[in-house]
Amino acid sequence: MIEVDHLTKSYGQARAVNDISFTVEKGEILGFLGPNGAGKTTTMRILTGYLPATSGTARIAGYDVFEQSMEVRRRIGYLPETPPIYPEMSIEDYLAFVARIKGVDAGNISARVDQAMALTNLTDRRRELIKRLSRGYKQRVGIAQAIVHNPDVVILDEPTVGLDPNQIKEVRKLIKGLAGEHTIILSTHILPEVEITCDRVVIINRGQIAAVDTPRNLVNQRQSGSHVRIAVRETGDSDALLRQALSSIEGIQNIEVNSANPANLNEANEGSGLLTASIEVGQGLDLRAPIAARVVNSGLELLELGTINVSLEDIFMKLTTEELSEVKVDKEND
Amino acid sequence: MNGILAIYRREMKSYFVSPIAYIVIGFFLIITGYFFANILSILIERSFMAQMQAQRMGAPPDMDVPGMVIRNFVGVIATVMLFLIPMMTMGVYSEERKRGTMEMLMTSPLTELQIVIGKFFASLSLFLLMLSPTLIYHGVVSFYSEPALQWRIIGSGYLGIFLLGAVLIALGSFISALTESQIIAGVITFVVFLLLWVLDFGARGASTTTGEIVKYLSILQHYETFAQGVIDTSSIVFYLSVTLLGLFLTLRTIESMRWRRA
Repeated sequence: MIEVDHLTKSYGQARAVNDISFTVEKGEILGFLGPNGAGKTTTMRILTGYLPATSGTARIAGYDVFEQSMEVRRRIGYLPETPPIYPEMSIEDYLAFVARIKGVDAGNISARVDQAMALTNLTDRRRELIKRLSRGYKQRVGIAQAIVHNPDVVILDEPTVGLDPNQIKEVRKLIKGLAGEHTIILSTHILPEVEITCDRVVIINRGQIAAVDTPRNLVNQRQSGSHVRIAVRETGDSDALLRQALSSIEGIQNIEVNSANPANLNEANEGSGLLTASIEVGQGLDLRAPIAARVVNSGLELLELGTINVSLEDIFMKLTTEELSEVKVDKEND
Repeated sequence: MNGILAIYRREMKSYFVSPIAYIVIGFFLIITGYFFANILSILIERSFMAQMQAQRMGAPPDMDVPGMVIRNFVGVIATVMLFLIPMMTMGVYSEERKRGTMEMLMTSPLTELQIVIGKFFASLSLFLLMLSPTLIYHGVVSFYSEPALQWRIIGSGYLGIFLLGAVLIALGSFISALTESQIIAGVITFVVFLLLWVLDFGARGASTTTGEIVKYLSILQHYETFAQGVIDTSSIVFYLSVTLLGLFLTLRTIESMRWRRA
Protein backbone atom coordinates (compact mmCIF):
# COMPACT_ATOMS: atom_id res chain seq x y z
CA MET A 1 0.00 0.00 0.00
CA ILE A 2 2.85 2.34 0.85
CA GLU A 3 6.27 2.00 -0.71
CA VAL A 4 9.02 4.39 0.30
CA ASP A 5 12.20 4.07 -1.68
CA HIS A 6 15.47 5.83 -0.83
CA LEU A 7 13.68 8.97 0.27
CA THR A 8 15.87 11.94 1.11
CA LYS A 9 14.89 15.45 2.12
CA SER A 10 17.49 18.16 2.59
CA TYR A 11 17.05 21.66 3.87
CA GLY A 12 20.16 23.33 2.55
CA GLN A 13 23.05 21.41 4.06
CA ALA A 14 20.99 19.67 6.72
CA ARG A 15 19.44 16.32 5.89
CA ALA A 16 16.15 15.94 7.70
CA VAL A 17 15.49 12.58 6.10
CA ASN A 18 18.35 10.52 4.75
CA ASP A 19 17.81 7.61 2.38
CA ILE A 20 14.78 6.04 4.01
CA SER A 21 13.14 2.94 2.55
CA PHE A 22 10.27 0.87 3.92
CA THR A 23 6.96 -0.58 2.88
CA VAL A 24 3.62 -0.90 4.60
CA GLU A 25 1.13 -3.62 3.74
CA LYS A 26 -2.58 -3.02 3.40
CA GLY A 27 -4.37 -2.95 6.73
CA GLU A 28 -1.20 -2.71 8.75
CA ILE A 29 -0.44 -0.23 11.52
CA LEU A 30 3.11 1.02 11.22
CA GLY A 31 4.65 2.91 14.09
CA PHE A 32 7.15 5.60 13.39
CA LEU A 33 9.32 5.88 16.41
CA GLY A 34 12.09 8.32 17.06
CA PRO A 35 13.22 11.16 19.26
CA ASN A 36 11.97 14.64 18.53
CA GLY A 37 13.54 16.06 15.41
CA ALA A 38 14.40 12.65 13.97
CA GLY A 39 12.57 13.31 10.72
CA LYS A 40 9.22 11.71 11.46
CA THR A 41 7.10 14.71 10.58
CA THR A 42 9.14 15.46 7.48
CA THR A 43 8.66 11.92 6.20
CA MET A 44 4.94 12.14 6.85
CA ARG A 45 4.70 15.46 5.11
CA ILE A 46 6.38 13.99 2.06
CA LEU A 47 3.95 11.07 2.06
CA THR A 48 0.96 13.40 2.27
CA GLY A 49 2.19 15.48 -0.63
CA TYR A 50 2.77 18.57 1.49
CA LEU A 51 6.54 18.64 0.97
CA PRO A 52 8.43 17.45 -2.07
CA ALA A 53 11.32 15.06 -1.47
CA THR A 54 14.84 16.02 -2.52
CA SER A 55 15.41 12.57 -3.98
CA GLY A 56 13.90 9.13 -3.86
CA THR A 57 10.31 8.13 -4.43
CA ALA A 58 7.27 7.26 -2.40
CA ARG A 59 4.15 5.55 -3.68
CA ILE A 60 0.80 5.28 -2.04
CA ALA A 61 -1.69 2.81 -3.50
CA GLY A 62 0.54 2.71 -6.57
CA TYR A 63 0.54 6.48 -7.13
CA ASP A 64 3.70 8.55 -6.87
CA VAL A 65 3.28 11.16 -4.14
CA PHE A 66 4.92 13.85 -6.22
CA GLU A 67 3.95 13.03 -9.79
CA GLN A 68 0.36 12.02 -9.03
CA SER A 69 -0.15 14.13 -5.95
CA MET A 70 -3.89 14.68 -6.44
CA GLU A 71 -4.59 10.95 -6.70
CA VAL A 72 -2.55 10.37 -3.57
CA ARG A 73 -4.22 13.18 -1.65
CA ARG A 74 -7.66 11.73 -2.42
CA ARG A 75 -6.54 8.46 -0.82
CA ILE A 76 -4.94 9.69 2.37
CA GLY A 77 -6.23 11.14 5.57
CA TYR A 78 -3.72 13.16 7.53
CA LEU A 79 -3.72 14.36 11.09
CA PRO A 80 -0.84 16.81 11.64
CA GLU A 81 0.62 17.26 15.09
CA THR A 82 -1.91 19.92 15.98
CA PRO A 83 -5.39 19.02 14.78
CA PRO A 84 -6.24 21.29 11.82
CA ILE A 85 -9.53 22.61 13.12
CA TYR A 86 -11.61 25.73 12.66
CA PRO A 87 -12.64 26.63 16.22
CA GLU A 88 -15.66 28.63 15.15
CA MET A 89 -17.30 25.75 13.28
CA SER A 90 -19.46 22.96 14.67
CA ILE A 91 -18.10 19.42 14.46
CA GLU A 92 -20.67 18.51 11.86
CA ASP A 93 -20.09 21.52 9.63
CA TYR A 94 -16.36 21.11 9.89
CA LEU A 95 -16.40 17.46 8.88
CA ALA A 96 -18.76 18.23 6.00
CA PHE A 97 -16.33 20.90 4.82
CA VAL A 98 -13.40 18.49 4.98
CA ALA A 99 -15.39 15.83 3.13
CA ARG A 100 -16.19 18.37 0.43
CA ILE A 101 -12.60 19.47 -0.11
CA LYS A 102 -11.44 15.86 -0.08
CA GLY A 103 -13.73 15.29 -3.04
CA VAL A 104 -16.51 13.19 -1.48
CA ASP A 105 -19.61 13.21 -3.72
CA ALA A 106 -22.24 15.68 -2.54
CA GLY A 107 -24.74 12.85 -2.04
CA ASN A 108 -22.42 10.90 0.23
CA ILE A 109 -21.22 13.71 2.45
CA SER A 110 -23.78 13.46 5.23
CA ALA A 111 -23.47 9.67 5.38
CA ARG A 112 -19.66 9.88 5.54
CA VAL A 113 -19.80 12.59 8.21
CA ASP A 114 -22.20 10.47 10.27
CA GLN A 115 -19.94 7.47 9.99
CA ALA A 116 -16.81 9.39 10.93
CA MET A 117 -18.58 10.85 13.96
CA ALA A 118 -19.89 7.43 14.98
CA LEU A 119 -16.39 5.91 14.79
CA THR A 120 -14.88 8.65 16.90
CA ASN A 121 -17.80 8.88 19.37
CA LEU A 122 -18.66 12.43 18.48
CA THR A 123 -22.25 11.92 17.37
CA ASP A 124 -23.87 13.25 20.54
CA ARG A 125 -21.90 16.49 20.37
CA ARG A 126 -22.18 17.01 16.62
CA ARG A 127 -23.61 20.52 16.83
CA GLU A 128 -21.13 21.80 19.37
CA LEU A 129 -18.58 24.39 18.35
CA ILE A 130 -15.08 22.96 18.17
CA LYS A 131 -13.63 25.75 20.31
CA ARG A 132 -15.75 24.57 23.25
CA LEU A 133 -14.35 21.04 23.13
CA SER A 134 -11.65 19.64 25.41
CA ARG A 135 -8.22 18.70 24.09
CA GLY A 136 -9.20 15.04 23.83
CA TYR A 137 -12.34 15.81 21.86
CA LYS A 138 -10.43 18.10 19.54
CA GLN A 139 -8.04 15.26 18.89
CA ARG A 140 -10.98 13.01 18.07
CA VAL A 141 -12.28 15.63 15.68
CA GLY A 142 -8.82 15.62 14.12
CA ILE A 143 -8.98 11.86 13.65
CA ALA A 144 -12.55 12.06 12.33
CA GLN A 145 -11.28 14.61 9.83
CA ALA A 146 -8.59 12.19 8.69
CA ILE A 147 -11.05 9.37 8.01
CA VAL A 148 -14.12 11.25 6.80
CA HIS A 149 -13.44 10.54 3.13
CA ASN A 150 -12.76 6.88 3.85
CA PRO A 151 -9.14 7.01 2.71
CA ASP A 152 -6.99 3.94 2.04
CA VAL A 153 -4.16 5.35 4.10
CA VAL A 154 -4.38 7.27 7.36
CA ILE A 155 -1.32 9.17 8.55
CA LEU A 156 -1.33 10.35 12.15
CA ASP A 157 1.43 12.57 13.50
CA GLU A 158 1.73 12.13 17.28
CA PRO A 159 -1.96 11.37 17.77
CA THR A 160 -1.77 11.06 21.56
CA VAL A 161 0.51 13.93 22.44
CA GLY A 162 -0.90 16.24 25.11
CA LEU A 163 -3.74 13.95 26.12
CA ASP A 164 -4.43 12.60 29.58
CA PRO A 165 -4.02 8.84 30.20
CA ASN A 166 -7.71 8.06 29.71
CA GLN A 167 -7.86 9.98 26.49
CA ILE A 168 -4.69 8.27 25.29
CA LYS A 169 -6.28 4.89 25.92
CA GLU A 170 -9.36 5.90 23.99
CA VAL A 171 -7.41 7.23 21.05
CA ARG A 172 -5.30 4.07 20.88
CA LYS A 173 -8.40 1.93 20.90
CA LEU A 174 -9.81 4.07 18.15
CA ILE A 175 -6.69 3.69 16.05
CA LYS A 176 -6.64 -0.07 16.51
CA GLY A 177 -10.25 -0.14 15.42
CA LEU A 178 -9.40 1.64 12.20
CA ALA A 179 -6.78 -0.87 11.12
CA GLY A 180 -7.76 -3.54 8.66
CA GLU A 181 -9.93 -1.27 6.62
CA HIS A 182 -7.33 1.48 6.56
CA THR A 183 -3.58 1.29 6.41
CA ILE A 184 -2.17 3.42 9.18
CA ILE A 185 1.10 5.15 9.85
CA LEU A 186 1.44 6.82 13.19
CA SER A 187 4.39 8.60 14.66
CA THR A 188 5.24 8.84 18.28
CA HIS A 189 8.09 9.20 20.67
CA ILE A 190 6.22 7.25 23.32
CA LEU A 191 7.32 3.63 23.44
CA PRO A 192 4.39 1.83 24.99
CA GLU A 193 2.26 3.30 22.27
CA VAL A 194 4.15 1.36 19.65
CA GLU A 195 4.09 -1.83 21.69
CA ILE A 196 0.36 -1.52 22.20
CA THR A 197 -0.91 -0.31 18.86
CA CYS A 198 1.52 -1.14 16.10
CA ASP A 199 2.04 -4.25 14.01
CA ARG A 200 5.41 -3.06 12.89
CA VAL A 201 7.77 -0.34 13.93
CA VAL A 202 10.27 1.82 12.10
CA ILE A 203 12.80 3.34 14.44
CA ILE A 204 14.16 6.50 12.94
CA ASN A 205 17.01 8.57 14.24
CA ARG A 206 18.71 11.61 12.74
CA GLY A 207 16.84 11.09 9.50
CA GLN A 208 17.91 7.49 9.11
CA ILE A 209 16.21 4.21 9.78
CA ALA A 210 17.78 2.45 12.74
CA ALA A 211 15.55 -0.63 12.69
CA VAL A 212 12.38 -2.01 11.10
CA ASP A 213 10.56 -4.96 12.62
CA THR A 214 7.66 -6.04 14.76
CA PRO A 215 7.94 -4.77 18.32
CA ARG A 216 8.24 -8.39 19.57
CA ASN A 217 11.01 -9.31 17.15
CA LEU A 218 12.94 -6.23 18.01
CA VAL A 219 12.88 -7.19 21.65
CA ASN A 220 13.80 -10.83 20.96
CA GLN A 221 16.61 -10.05 18.59
CA ARG A 222 18.21 -7.55 20.81
CA GLN A 223 17.84 -9.73 23.82
CA SER A 224 21.00 -11.69 23.01
CA GLY A 225 21.38 -12.45 26.69
CA SER A 226 19.51 -11.55 29.81
CA HIS A 227 20.69 -9.00 32.29
CA VAL A 228 21.25 -9.40 36.00
CA ARG A 229 21.13 -6.31 38.10
CA ILE A 230 22.85 -6.25 41.46
CA ALA A 231 23.39 -3.57 44.06
CA VAL A 232 26.05 -3.55 46.75
CA ARG A 233 26.97 -1.11 49.50
CA GLU A 234 29.50 1.27 48.11
CA THR A 235 32.87 1.52 49.81
CA GLY A 236 36.18 2.91 48.67
CA ASP A 237 37.26 -0.08 46.63
CA SER A 238 33.89 -1.72 46.02
CA ASP A 239 34.08 -1.10 42.29
CA ALA A 240 37.33 -2.98 41.90
CA LEU A 241 36.25 -5.72 44.29
CA LEU A 242 33.04 -6.25 42.39
CA ARG A 243 34.76 -6.47 39.03
CA GLN A 244 37.28 -8.85 40.43
CA ALA A 245 34.61 -11.03 42.03
CA LEU A 246 32.66 -11.27 38.80
CA SER A 247 35.62 -11.69 36.49
CA SER A 248 36.02 -15.35 37.32
CA ILE A 249 32.43 -16.33 36.43
CA GLU A 250 32.09 -17.89 33.03
CA GLY A 251 29.29 -16.68 30.77
CA ILE A 252 29.37 -13.03 31.71
CA GLN A 253 29.59 -10.89 28.62
CA ASN A 254 29.62 -7.40 29.91
CA ILE A 255 29.55 -5.53 33.17
CA GLU A 256 28.37 -2.01 33.57
CA VAL A 257 28.95 -0.50 36.98
CA ASN A 258 27.19 2.63 38.15
CA SER A 259 27.57 4.47 41.38
CA ALA A 260 24.11 5.51 42.50
CA ASN A 261 25.21 8.67 44.29
CA PRO A 262 28.86 9.30 43.64
CA ALA A 263 28.62 12.93 44.65
CA ASN A 264 27.98 12.02 48.26
CA LEU A 265 30.87 9.64 48.49
CA ASN A 266 33.41 11.01 50.91
CA GLU A 267 35.04 9.88 54.14
CA ALA A 268 32.21 11.06 56.38
CA ASN A 269 29.38 9.13 54.90
CA GLU A 270 31.30 6.31 53.42
CA GLY A 271 29.17 3.22 53.25
CA SER A 272 25.94 5.02 52.58
CA GLY A 273 26.34 4.88 48.80
CA LEU A 274 24.91 2.26 46.53
CA LEU A 275 26.87 0.65 43.74
CA THR A 276 24.75 -0.97 41.08
CA ALA A 277 25.90 -3.11 38.23
CA SER A 278 24.16 -4.38 35.17
CA ILE A 279 25.62 -7.71 34.15
CA GLU A 280 24.95 -9.11 30.74
CA VAL A 281 25.00 -12.89 30.73
CA GLY A 282 25.03 -15.32 27.83
CA GLN A 283 21.79 -16.60 26.39
CA GLY A 284 20.08 -19.34 28.32
CA LEU A 285 22.32 -19.04 31.38
CA ASP A 286 21.07 -18.40 34.86
CA LEU A 287 24.04 -17.05 36.75
CA ARG A 288 22.20 -15.49 39.66
CA ALA A 289 23.39 -18.02 42.23
CA PRO A 290 27.10 -17.93 41.32
CA ILE A 291 27.03 -14.15 41.11
CA ALA A 292 25.49 -13.89 44.57
CA ALA A 293 28.00 -16.35 46.03
CA ARG A 294 31.04 -14.61 44.57
CA VAL A 295 29.89 -11.16 45.59
CA VAL A 296 29.23 -12.20 49.16
CA ASN A 297 32.50 -14.12 49.35
CA SER A 298 34.47 -11.11 48.25
CA GLY A 299 33.29 -9.26 51.35
CA LEU A 300 30.82 -6.93 49.65
CA GLU A 301 27.42 -6.32 51.14
CA LEU A 302 24.90 -7.59 48.59
CA LEU A 303 21.73 -5.53 48.85
CA GLU A 304 19.78 -6.38 45.72
CA LEU A 305 19.81 -8.94 42.96
CA GLY A 306 17.38 -9.45 40.11
CA THR A 307 17.01 -10.04 36.39
CA ILE A 308 16.10 -7.35 33.92
CA ASN A 309 14.14 -7.97 30.76
CA VAL A 310 15.11 -5.91 27.78
CA SER A 311 12.25 -3.65 26.82
CA LEU A 312 11.62 -1.80 23.63
CA GLU A 313 12.70 1.23 25.57
CA ASP A 314 16.20 -0.16 26.01
CA ILE A 315 16.41 -0.93 22.32
CA PHE A 316 15.16 2.47 21.45
CA MET A 317 17.69 4.07 23.77
CA LYS A 318 20.41 1.86 22.42
CA LEU A 319 19.57 2.59 18.80
CA THR A 320 19.03 6.28 19.13
CA THR A 321 21.89 7.04 21.48
CA GLU A 322 24.39 4.57 20.07
CA GLU A 323 26.98 7.22 19.30
CA LEU A 324 26.78 8.64 22.78
CA SER A 325 27.27 5.27 24.47
CA GLU A 326 30.15 4.42 22.17
CA VAL A 327 31.90 7.52 23.33
CA LYS A 328 31.24 6.51 26.93
CA VAL A 329 32.66 3.04 26.39
CA ASP A 330 35.79 4.49 24.84
CA LYS A 331 36.34 6.67 27.86
CA GLU A 332 35.91 3.75 30.21
CA ASN A 333 38.47 1.80 28.28
CA ASP A 334 41.06 4.52 28.58
CA MET B 1 -15.26 24.09 -9.05
CA ASN B 2 -16.55 22.13 -6.07
CA GLY B 3 -13.33 22.86 -4.27
CA ILE B 4 -13.61 26.59 -4.90
CA LEU B 5 -17.21 26.53 -3.71
CA ALA B 6 -16.30 24.63 -0.54
CA ILE B 7 -13.57 27.14 0.32
CA TYR B 8 -15.86 30.05 -0.53
CA ARG B 9 -18.70 28.80 1.62
CA ARG B 10 -16.51 28.09 4.62
CA GLU B 11 -14.91 31.49 4.34
CA MET B 12 -18.26 33.28 4.18
CA LYS B 13 -19.56 31.29 7.13
CA SER B 14 -16.52 32.13 9.20
CA TYR B 15 -16.97 35.83 8.47
CA PHE B 16 -20.48 35.71 9.85
CA VAL B 17 -19.95 33.51 12.89
CA SER B 18 -17.24 35.83 14.14
CA PRO B 19 -18.15 39.41 14.95
CA ILE B 20 -15.79 40.73 12.27
CA ALA B 21 -18.33 40.94 9.44
CA TYR B 22 -20.93 42.66 11.60
CA ILE B 23 -18.43 45.13 12.97
CA VAL B 24 -17.00 45.96 9.57
CA ILE B 25 -20.37 46.29 7.86
CA GLY B 26 -21.97 48.17 10.74
CA PHE B 27 -19.08 50.59 11.04
CA PHE B 28 -19.02 51.11 7.30
CA LEU B 29 -22.73 51.90 7.11
CA ILE B 30 -22.64 54.28 10.05
CA ILE B 31 -19.70 56.25 8.70
CA THR B 32 -20.90 56.36 5.11
CA GLY B 33 -24.45 57.18 6.20
CA TYR B 34 -23.23 60.06 8.29
CA PHE B 35 -21.07 61.45 5.53
CA PHE B 36 -23.76 60.98 2.91
CA ALA B 37 -26.21 63.04 4.92
CA ASN B 38 -23.54 65.63 5.59
CA ILE B 39 -22.44 65.94 1.98
CA LEU B 40 -26.03 66.17 0.87
CA SER B 41 -27.00 68.90 3.33
CA ILE B 42 -23.90 70.96 2.64
CA LEU B 43 -24.40 70.77 -1.10
CA ILE B 44 -28.11 71.56 -0.88
CA GLU B 45 -27.32 74.56 1.28
CA ARG B 46 -24.74 75.71 -1.21
CA SER B 47 -27.07 75.30 -4.13
CA PHE B 48 -29.70 77.37 -2.32
CA MET B 49 -27.16 80.08 -1.78
CA ALA B 50 -26.20 79.93 -5.41
CA GLN B 51 -29.82 80.15 -6.42
CA MET B 52 -30.40 83.13 -4.21
CA GLN B 53 -27.34 84.75 -5.56
CA ALA B 54 -28.54 84.04 -9.08
CA GLN B 55 -31.88 85.71 -8.38
CA ARG B 56 -30.12 88.79 -7.15
CA MET B 57 -27.35 88.91 -9.72
CA GLY B 58 -29.17 87.34 -12.61
CA ALA B 59 -26.57 84.68 -13.34
CA PRO B 60 -28.03 81.21 -13.98
CA PRO B 61 -27.54 78.63 -11.21
CA ASP B 62 -24.96 76.19 -12.46
CA MET B 63 -24.64 73.40 -9.93
CA ASP B 64 -24.86 69.70 -10.60
CA VAL B 65 -25.79 68.63 -7.05
CA PRO B 66 -26.37 64.91 -7.73
CA GLY B 67 -23.06 64.70 -9.58
CA MET B 68 -21.21 66.42 -6.76
CA VAL B 69 -22.85 64.19 -4.19
CA ILE B 70 -21.68 61.02 -5.89
CA ARG B 71 -18.17 62.37 -6.46
CA ASN B 72 -17.73 63.29 -2.83
CA PHE B 73 -19.45 60.20 -1.56
CA VAL B 74 -17.21 57.89 -3.60
CA GLY B 75 -14.24 59.69 -2.07
CA VAL B 76 -15.61 58.99 1.42
CA ILE B 77 -16.17 55.30 0.65
CA ALA B 78 -12.64 54.96 -0.70
CA THR B 79 -11.21 56.50 2.47
CA VAL B 80 -13.24 54.26 4.76
CA MET B 81 -12.07 51.24 2.75
CA LEU B 82 -8.51 52.13 3.69
CA PHE B 83 -9.42 51.21 7.26
CA LEU B 84 -11.85 48.37 6.74
CA ILE B 85 -10.33 46.22 4.01
CA PRO B 86 -7.27 45.38 6.16
CA MET B 87 -9.71 44.08 8.79
CA MET B 88 -11.41 41.89 6.21
CA THR B 89 -8.28 40.38 4.73
CA MET B 90 -5.84 40.23 7.63
CA GLY B 91 -6.88 36.77 8.78
CA VAL B 92 -7.59 35.19 5.40
CA TYR B 93 -4.35 33.23 5.18
CA SER B 94 -2.50 34.09 8.38
CA GLU B 95 -5.14 32.41 10.54
CA GLU B 96 -5.05 29.27 8.42
CA ARG B 97 -1.31 29.16 8.78
CA LYS B 98 -1.42 29.68 12.53
CA ARG B 99 -4.08 27.03 13.10
CA GLY B 100 -2.33 24.53 10.86
CA THR B 101 -5.39 24.26 8.64
CA MET B 102 -3.32 25.47 5.71
CA GLU B 103 -1.48 22.17 5.85
CA MET B 104 -4.81 20.38 5.68
CA LEU B 105 -5.94 22.43 2.70
CA MET B 106 -2.64 21.79 0.97
CA THR B 107 -2.79 18.04 1.53
CA SER B 108 -6.35 17.92 0.23
CA PRO B 109 -7.00 17.30 -3.44
CA LEU B 110 -7.30 21.04 -4.03
CA THR B 111 -5.00 23.14 -6.16
CA GLU B 112 -3.54 26.28 -4.65
CA LEU B 113 -5.40 28.23 -7.31
CA GLN B 114 -8.73 26.90 -6.08
CA ILE B 115 -7.88 28.01 -2.55
CA VAL B 116 -6.85 31.50 -3.71
CA ILE B 117 -9.90 31.98 -5.91
CA GLY B 118 -12.35 30.71 -3.29
CA LYS B 119 -10.95 33.01 -0.66
CA PHE B 120 -10.74 36.03 -2.95
CA PHE B 121 -14.36 35.74 -4.00
CA ALA B 122 -15.47 35.31 -0.41
CA SER B 123 -13.75 38.56 0.62
CA LEU B 124 -15.11 40.26 -2.47
CA SER B 125 -18.64 39.09 -1.61
CA LEU B 126 -18.32 40.42 1.91
CA PHE B 127 -17.19 43.72 0.41
CA LEU B 128 -20.23 43.79 -1.90
CA LEU B 129 -22.51 42.99 1.03
CA MET B 130 -20.98 45.93 2.84
CA LEU B 131 -21.26 48.24 -0.14
CA SER B 132 -24.72 47.40 -1.46
CA PRO B 133 -26.84 48.87 1.38
CA THR B 134 -25.42 52.31 0.53
CA LEU B 135 -27.36 52.16 -2.73
CA ILE B 136 -30.48 52.71 -0.60
CA TYR B 137 -29.18 56.22 0.19
CA HIS B 138 -29.30 57.10 -3.49
CA GLY B 139 -32.70 55.44 -3.82
CA VAL B 140 -34.08 57.67 -1.08
CA VAL B 141 -32.54 60.76 -2.61
CA SER B 142 -33.92 59.91 -6.04
CA PHE B 143 -37.47 60.39 -4.69
CA TYR B 144 -36.83 64.03 -3.98
CA SER B 145 -34.16 64.90 -6.46
CA GLU B 146 -34.76 67.41 -9.18
CA PRO B 147 -33.21 67.13 -11.74
CA ALA B 148 -33.52 63.33 -11.59
CA LEU B 149 -30.50 61.36 -10.40
CA GLN B 150 -28.17 60.17 -13.09
CA TRP B 151 -28.00 56.48 -12.27
CA ARG B 152 -25.37 56.04 -14.95
CA ILE B 153 -22.92 58.16 -12.97
CA ILE B 154 -23.81 56.42 -9.74
CA GLY B 155 -23.33 53.09 -11.49
CA SER B 156 -19.92 54.00 -12.86
CA GLY B 157 -18.90 55.45 -9.48
CA TYR B 158 -19.78 52.17 -7.79
CA LEU B 159 -17.99 50.21 -10.52
CA GLY B 160 -14.87 52.22 -9.70
CA ILE B 161 -15.28 51.50 -5.98
CA PHE B 162 -15.84 47.82 -6.69
CA LEU B 163 -12.69 47.58 -8.80
CA LEU B 164 -10.69 49.48 -6.19
CA GLY B 165 -12.04 47.06 -3.58
CA ALA B 166 -10.91 44.09 -5.66
CA VAL B 167 -7.39 45.55 -5.89
CA LEU B 168 -7.17 46.22 -2.16
CA ILE B 169 -8.55 42.79 -1.24
CA ALA B 170 -6.03 41.09 -3.53
CA LEU B 171 -3.16 43.06 -1.99
CA GLY B 172 -4.45 42.52 1.56
CA SER B 173 -4.75 38.77 0.97
CA PHE B 174 -1.24 38.64 -0.36
CA ILE B 175 0.10 40.35 2.76
CA SER B 176 -1.94 37.98 4.93
CA ALA B 177 -0.31 35.01 3.17
CA LEU B 178 3.13 36.28 4.19
CA THR B 179 2.74 35.93 7.93
CA GLU B 180 1.24 33.73 10.61
CA SER B 181 0.02 36.65 12.67
CA GLN B 182 -3.16 38.36 11.64
CA ILE B 183 -2.26 41.42 13.68
CA ILE B 184 1.00 41.84 11.76
CA ALA B 185 -0.86 41.23 8.51
CA GLY B 186 -3.47 43.82 9.44
CA VAL B 187 -0.94 46.47 10.41
CA ILE B 188 1.24 45.96 7.34
CA THR B 189 -1.79 46.02 5.07
CA PHE B 190 -2.96 49.24 6.66
CA VAL B 191 0.49 50.83 6.32
CA VAL B 192 0.73 49.80 2.66
CA PHE B 193 -2.70 51.22 1.92
CA LEU B 194 -1.75 54.40 3.74
CA LEU B 195 1.35 54.69 1.57
CA LEU B 196 -0.84 54.33 -1.51
CA TRP B 197 -2.95 57.21 -0.25
CA VAL B 198 0.12 59.31 0.46
CA LEU B 199 1.55 58.49 -2.96
CA ASP B 200 -1.70 59.62 -4.47
CA PHE B 201 -1.63 62.84 -2.51
CA GLY B 202 1.90 63.57 -3.69
CA ALA B 203 1.08 62.79 -7.27
CA ARG B 204 -1.86 65.12 -7.51
CA GLY B 205 -0.06 68.37 -8.06
CA ALA B 206 2.85 66.87 -9.99
CA SER B 207 3.48 67.75 -13.59
CA THR B 208 6.90 66.17 -14.20
CA THR B 209 7.31 62.86 -16.00
CA THR B 210 7.90 61.01 -12.77
CA GLY B 211 4.83 62.66 -11.39
CA GLU B 212 2.82 61.44 -14.37
CA ILE B 213 4.07 57.90 -13.90
CA VAL B 214 3.27 57.95 -10.20
CA LYS B 215 -0.10 59.31 -11.10
CA TYR B 216 -0.79 56.49 -13.49
CA LEU B 217 0.39 53.93 -10.99
CA SER B 218 -1.57 55.50 -8.19
CA ILE B 219 -4.38 53.13 -7.44
CA LEU B 220 -6.63 55.89 -6.20
CA GLN B 221 -6.40 58.22 -9.19
CA HIS B 222 -8.35 55.80 -11.30
CA TYR B 223 -11.60 55.58 -9.42
CA GLU B 224 -12.14 59.30 -9.66
CA THR B 225 -12.66 59.14 -13.39
CA PHE B 226 -15.35 56.55 -12.71
CA ALA B 227 -16.99 58.90 -10.24
CA GLN B 228 -17.29 61.47 -12.99
CA GLY B 229 -19.27 59.01 -15.05
CA VAL B 230 -16.39 58.07 -17.33
CA ILE B 231 -15.85 54.38 -17.73
CA ASP B 232 -12.25 54.41 -18.81
CA THR B 233 -11.00 51.16 -20.32
CA SER B 234 -7.43 51.87 -19.33
CA SER B 235 -8.52 52.25 -15.71
CA ILE B 236 -10.45 48.98 -15.83
CA VAL B 237 -7.41 47.25 -17.32
CA PHE B 238 -5.21 48.82 -14.68
CA TYR B 239 -7.39 47.70 -11.77
CA LEU B 240 -7.87 44.21 -13.12
CA SER B 241 -4.17 43.74 -13.75
CA VAL B 242 -3.18 44.90 -10.28
CA THR B 243 -5.81 42.54 -8.83
CA LEU B 244 -4.42 39.67 -10.87
CA LEU B 245 -0.91 40.56 -9.79
CA GLY B 246 -1.99 40.44 -6.14
CA LEU B 247 -3.66 37.06 -6.65
CA PHE B 248 -0.65 35.74 -8.51
CA LEU B 249 1.70 36.79 -5.71
CA THR B 250 -0.63 35.17 -3.17
CA LEU B 251 -0.61 31.96 -5.19
CA ARG B 252 3.16 31.94 -5.37
CA THR B 253 3.49 32.64 -1.66
CA ILE B 254 1.26 29.70 -0.81
CA GLU B 255 3.10 27.43 -3.21
CA SER B 256 6.38 28.45 -1.64
CA MET B 257 5.23 27.12 1.75
CA ARG B 258 5.92 23.67 0.37
CA TRP B 259 9.54 24.56 -0.19
CA ARG B 260 10.24 26.23 3.08
CA ARG B 261 11.42 24.74 6.30
CA ALA B 262 8.84 24.09 9.03
